[in-house]
Amino acid sequence: MSDFRRRLGSGVIAGDGAWGTMLAERGLPPGAPPELWTLEHPEIVAEIARAYADAGAELITTNTFGGSPMRLAQHHLENDFDRISRRGVEVVREAIGTRAFVNASVGPTGRLLAPLGDAGPEEVERGFAAQARVLIDAGADVICIETMTDLQEATLAIRAVRSVSKAIPIIATMTFDVTPRGPFTIMGVSVSQAAAELPAAGADVIGANCGGGVAEMIAVANAFLESTTVPIAIQPNAGLPVKKDGRLVYPDAPEPFATAVAPLAGLGIRLIGGCCGTTPEHIRALRRIIARPRRESPPRP
Amino acid sequence: MKELSDAVQRGDAAASQSMTEALVGAGASAAGILNRALLPAMSVVGTRFRDREIFLPDVLLAARAMKAAIRIIEPLLLRDSVPSAGVVVLGTVRGDQHDIGKNLVSVMLQGAGYRVVDLGADVDADRFIDAAVDAGASIIGMSALLTTTMTEMAGVVTRIAERGLRGRLRTIIGGAPINPAFAQEIGADAYAPDAVSAVEHVGRLVNG
Repeated sequence: MSDFRRRLGSGVIAGDGAWGTMLAERGLPPGAPPELWTLEHPEIVAEIARAYADAGAELITTNTFGGSPMRLAQHHLENDFDRISRRGVEVVREAIGTRAFVNASVGPTGRLLAPLGDAGPEEVERGFAAQARVLIDAGADVICIETMTDLQEATLAIRAVRSVSKAIPIIATMTFDVTPRGPFTIMGVSVSQAAAELPAAGADVIGANCGGGVAEMIAVANAFLESTTVPIAIQPNAGLPVKKDGRLVYPDAPEPFATAVAPLAGLGIRLIGGCCGTTPEHIRALRRIIARPRRESPPRP
Repeated sequence: MKELSDAVQRGDAAASQSMTEALVGAGASAAGILNRALLPAMSVVGTRFRDREIFLPDVLLAARAMKAAIRIIEPLLLRDSVPSAGVVVLGTVRGDQHDIGKNLVSVMLQGAGYRVVDLGADVDADRFIDAAVDAGASIIGMSALLTTTMTEMAGVVTRIAERGLRGRLRTIIGGAPINPAFAQEIGADAYAPDAVSAVEHVGRLVNG
């Protein structure tokens, strides 16, 4: 059994926070592919990884969200595919050692599957499998499939990872809007559908990330709790962005964010972290409320 | 007309095409088909999507069904010499590849009688402006999905002023993270929360 699976057996796990907005704050130009900074500015990526580990995050996400070959092709970076995923894992590992788990991020392809779009399921699955092969080979402890809105794409990604490794723990989270009829992704996936199909495809932890802020996420978390006994991950944004002094800022400060998300632990959510707009300070504040389990030994991935 | 509107709403492109052909064969005017079936259908679809009674796949299928009908009536609109309502340049801003919403706005504007110059995604400020000048457009419509790229819109508005075209080129913006306050702050001329209101606002800008 992997150390992450063992850790999953005891108490609430704190994830890390945002990467995209952290990189943007350090000068990543608007719209530039963040993954490129793993190659161009590894010291900045390492600094963020260390800051999250110092703040008490037990999972450190890699800068590989847009690293699938199909997604990179939209930036004409398909030739850097192997290096972006491999260095993405290595830079985080070098920065944090075995203090925390290296959580390899896999995001959507950015293309619509047929018949709505022109992406074929075989091509999508092949791309995710290629990405997973490099991430796992480079030493990832966990694969985190995140910000999915299409259930077919999410399950293709999970199956692709499983085709590469039966053992690697998989976290799979989708992004929901809360509607008068309950939470749905923009593609129309309900929480109960996600709760049924993501584990069936091979995910170990399922849940939600990004979305409309903490209050909406509490509703999403409750919908998951009603639908499944599989461990649940919840990673909200620090509110919805507002413009302030010519810049976009996420309104939820660390303490209010932590106070608002901490009750999720009491509800039975097993992994709590942050998405867009959250920072190491948000995770530190969360850690002050959610202590590590007492008899826990440090992870040895 | 009711059946055609229903076919578009449920995203049945084959039915939409055959019903439009039948209506044209029976002597219906292209403008009538547009105004009494296609635009009202997309208006219903837009409202139901806003309220999340339906989801993105339903909207995309409806837009496809509307496009199937427009392909048939387009030559008739030209033959009937219905005057073009105006020229609109559309695109997703630099650094942003998300074009689903922008494509819907494009279909809706064409349906409403505008000539649309669609620049696609990842469009920088000068390309927007050059295309508008070349095509004689008075409106530039910009889309962004990402909070990291929405600030590009401010750059386009500024660039229009720098090139001395303020007043001649009006801007309308939209996309998931955009709101009226942001539009006002960057000096955009209009904000549209969805494709249906984009058509209304463009009409207001052209006539106002």
